[in-house]
Amino acid sequence: MPGFRPAISFTLVYLALIVLIPLSALLLKTFQLSPEQFWAILTNARVIASFRVTFGSALLAAAVAGVFGFIIAWTLVRYPFPGKRLFDALIDLPFALPTAVAGIVLATIYQPSGVIGKAIMSLLGVQVAYQPLGIVFAMIFIGLPFVVRTIEPVLQEFDTAMEEAAASLGANRWQTFIKVILPNILPATLTGFALAFARGVGEYGSVIFIAGNMPYISEIVPLLIMTKLEQYDYAGATAIGLVMLVLSFILLLLINLLQGWLRRQRGQL
Amino acid sequence: MGIILNNISKKFGDFTALDNIHLDIPEGELVALLGPSGCGKTTLLRIIAGLEQPDAGQVFLKGNEVTEQPVKNRQIGFVFQHYALFRHMTVFGNIAFGLRVKPRKQRLSEAEIKDKVHALLKLVQLDWLANRFPEQLSGGQRQRIALARALAVEPSVLLLDEPFGALDASVRKDLRLWLRHLHHELNVTSIFVTHDQEEAMEVASQIVVLNHGHIEQQGSPSDIYDHPANAFVSRFIGQTNVFDLEQTDTFWLKNSGLPTPQIGKVAHVRPHNIELAKATAGTAQAVLKDWQHLGALIRVELLNKEADDEVAIIFAEMPNEQFKALQIDKGEKVAVRIRHAHWFH
Amino acid sequence: MNVSVTRKPLSLADPNGFRYLSIGLTLAITSLFLVLPLATVLTEAFSKGLGPYSDSLTHPDTLAAIRLTLLTAAITVPLTTVFGVAAAWAVARFSFPGKNLLVTLIDLPFSVSPVIAGLIYVLVFGAQGWLGPWLAAHDIKIIFAVPGIILATLFVTFPFVARELIPLMQEIGCEEEEAALSLGAGPWQMFFSITLPNIKWGLLYGVLLCNARAMGEFGAVSVVSGHIRGLTNTLPLHVEVTYNEYDFIGSFAGASLLAGLAVVTLIVKTFLEWRQAQDLKAARLASE
Repeated sequence: MPGFRPAISFTLVYLALIVLIPLSALLLKTFQLSPEQFWAILTNARVIASFRVTFGSALLAAAVAGVFGFIIAWTLVRYPFPGKRLFDALIDLPFALPTAVAGIVLATIYQPSGVIGKAIMSLLGVQVAYQPLGIVFAMIFIGLPFVVRTIEPVLQEFDTAMEEAAASLGANRWQTFIKVILPNILPATLTGFALAFARGVGEYGSVIFIAGNMPYISEIVPLLIMTKLEQYDYAGATAIGLVMLVLSFILLLLINLLQGWLRRQRGQL
Repeated sequence: MGIILNNISKKFGDFTALDNIHLDIPEGELVALLGPSGCGKTTLLRIIAGLEQPDAGQVFLKGNEVTEQPVKNRQIGFVFQHYALFRHMTVFGNIAFGLRVKPRKQRLSEAEIKDKVHALLKLVQLDWLANRFPEQLSGGQRQRIALARALAVEPSVLLLDEPFGALDASVRKDLRLWLRHLHHELNVTSIFVTHDQEEAMEVASQIVVLNHGHIEQQGSPSDIYDHPANAFVSRFIGQTNVFDLEQTDTFWLKNSGLPTPQIGKVAHVRPHNIELAKATAGTAQAVLKDWQHLGALIRVELLNKEADDEVAIIFAEMPNEQFKALQIDKGEKVAVRIRHAHWFH
Repeated sequence: MNVSVTRKPLSLADPNGFRYLSIGLTLAITSLFLVLPLATVLTEAFSKGLGPYSDSLTHPDTLAAIRLTLLTAAITVPLTTVFGVAAAWAVARFSFPGKNLLVTLIDLPFSVSPVIAGLIYVLVFGAQGWLGPWLAAHDIKIIFAVPGIILATLFVTFPFVARELIPLMQEIGCEEEEAALSLGAGPWQMFFSITLPNIKWGLLYGVLLCNARAMGEFGAVSVVSGHIRGLTNTLPLHVEVTYNEYDFIGSFAGASLLAGLAVVTLIVKTFLEWRQAQDLKAARLASE
């Protein structure tokens, strides 16, 4: 096969210029800080609060998206209903819709005077927008397609003879679901959950309009980085950015492990 | 009382899979449902199991009507074509599954389940595989584990869908014999689906031949081979030479010694019912084209040049010694004698 | 007419209640989370009628934002595409040490928060960055200017084409390409007559998603843009600025364009997925 040298050379140079060198700037800039300075930035109460808000919201949102996504994937694969293809195509909307648009729309819908915001307010007495809850709603929106699109192909390939085998051995439908179907869909569900979580942690555009952005309460880490930059606090932005980057690397590693598990499982038999 | 099927019909859209099937299978038999693909044999097996619901008709297992009973209440063991082993469970977990999903009152203790699973693993001679996962097993091992899993619930009927279909030819031969011996040992009424007539003949005590959703014939392997009920069965089981009175020279046929028909106008002649001799005047003659060794038998290919439209090939089979004694070479003429024929319309 | 209905055995079918509950929940979740937001963009944009909507769209700032968005996409999409093809060719056709690491690095920008994507360029090119003093001395502006926007967009769209093409090219295999070479084709002849036709639907798919992200990117661009009206506001930034100034018609008018882009993207995506599935099916049948 021809073309290895030019292809790999271009790939590596482009990778270095666009991704690696700029990313290393983050690392080197952080090294200019003394450990004490670094520690002081990270242990600042506002910074800690923003990490708690971001990771807590992302965890909750990924869990909800995991459940919702499972139900949607299950329905789309198993049950025929009118308009199914349309709904199937719509699942990818959060991928395709620019996050700023998602942000202003979600804020409009969930604000106390918005269509759903008003309904939730009068039914449950809870305000969604401009609260940590708003962050969770935005992250569910953004995470949902990750879960659906990871579970869907696995359910499609699922060997229904296994369900028939369980029934022939005396299992009822519920036992079959719990003992046979669920364990086989679990790796995909966990992978989808992790992808949704990772996306939620880094999400900026769709969250900031609905979050309210109150320090200590509803301020997410990406926004805090933004704020520090606007105040020319480059050291602060860099230190927080590095921690976020390391955490997303760890998440990426975890997701790769999960996906490896998923691939092995799908390759079986 | 084994299995009784009454008026079973099943359609898939416009396609008639089964048309008014009656079948009576005595207790303790090992039955082959035999037929070409698309004949409805797997559908019939799945209806007996309750994995498919018939459009009309009744299913009786051991004298009880189970037509409306779901599969889990029918006490059947089903072995799937591709085994359908639970891939997230060990071999032990797979075999124990049917015991563990029983209602609490009927459930055995874990210790009893353990004993039972190991007894089953011994039965299928795979005791050392208990902690493996299905992906770590060979095809033949998966097959036997699937069988052990089905037997764990002590089924009154064992149903196997193309049990050897996914296996290599050499493994298949071994497992066929093993299944027959296992059936002798357990004596549970068993039905297996196959499209391979050789497999049906070798394993089954009873064969049911299906075609286009109809039962063509039911009987013991020798019944079916020696007394085929119709042209389809005769052609499908074993090899057959077909002579059509309207297309073959009647003079030639008369010379071959073929008894004149009482009924019908198509003669089916098994290769071993064709006798060869040195060509003399007044005999039906053919040209020796080729021959092949089939172990103890020789298969001879003959060309009947006197057939009307095209040159027809006739197959004859005879013991080695007999063929040697004839001392004929390729291209020589031989006299053909037909000993016995089945006549069909 | 008598239509025969195939009855599914009770023990294998899910209870009707469960089935209807699942379908109901699916419709409810997708309607509330997906259909309603899409509809809201339009109702908000047209809440004061057609006149204010078209006035907002023809405002010079809006037009400038649209121009900048198109310019950004016109530069980043081809670059990302060329990179994607080169990377996929290297990864799918050759084995070399560090290949798995390379694949992981290509996917990396996906898992980096967009804000950090912007931040790193500020650290390199910003006033206090590595190259800041040198750039200032030569009067070159990257941060708070168009080049910064393009660089940040290149970062966030980085994996889009490569990650579509790598698995696709691995699945297709290299037999046809080897056949072309053995018949005397040159490398470029082989690429344009064999490789490109084989990967075209997957390539278009990657380009489509890359374009959607390039035109819609917000976080990364927001960091490097400086929000200078008429100069460094892309359409998504224009939506933000007008929203924060309570110009909701203007904001949702811009948003309606981006939502339209998203809908078109989804339609074309569905079509491409269908075409690609057809091609793969045909290829599998042919190889059997």
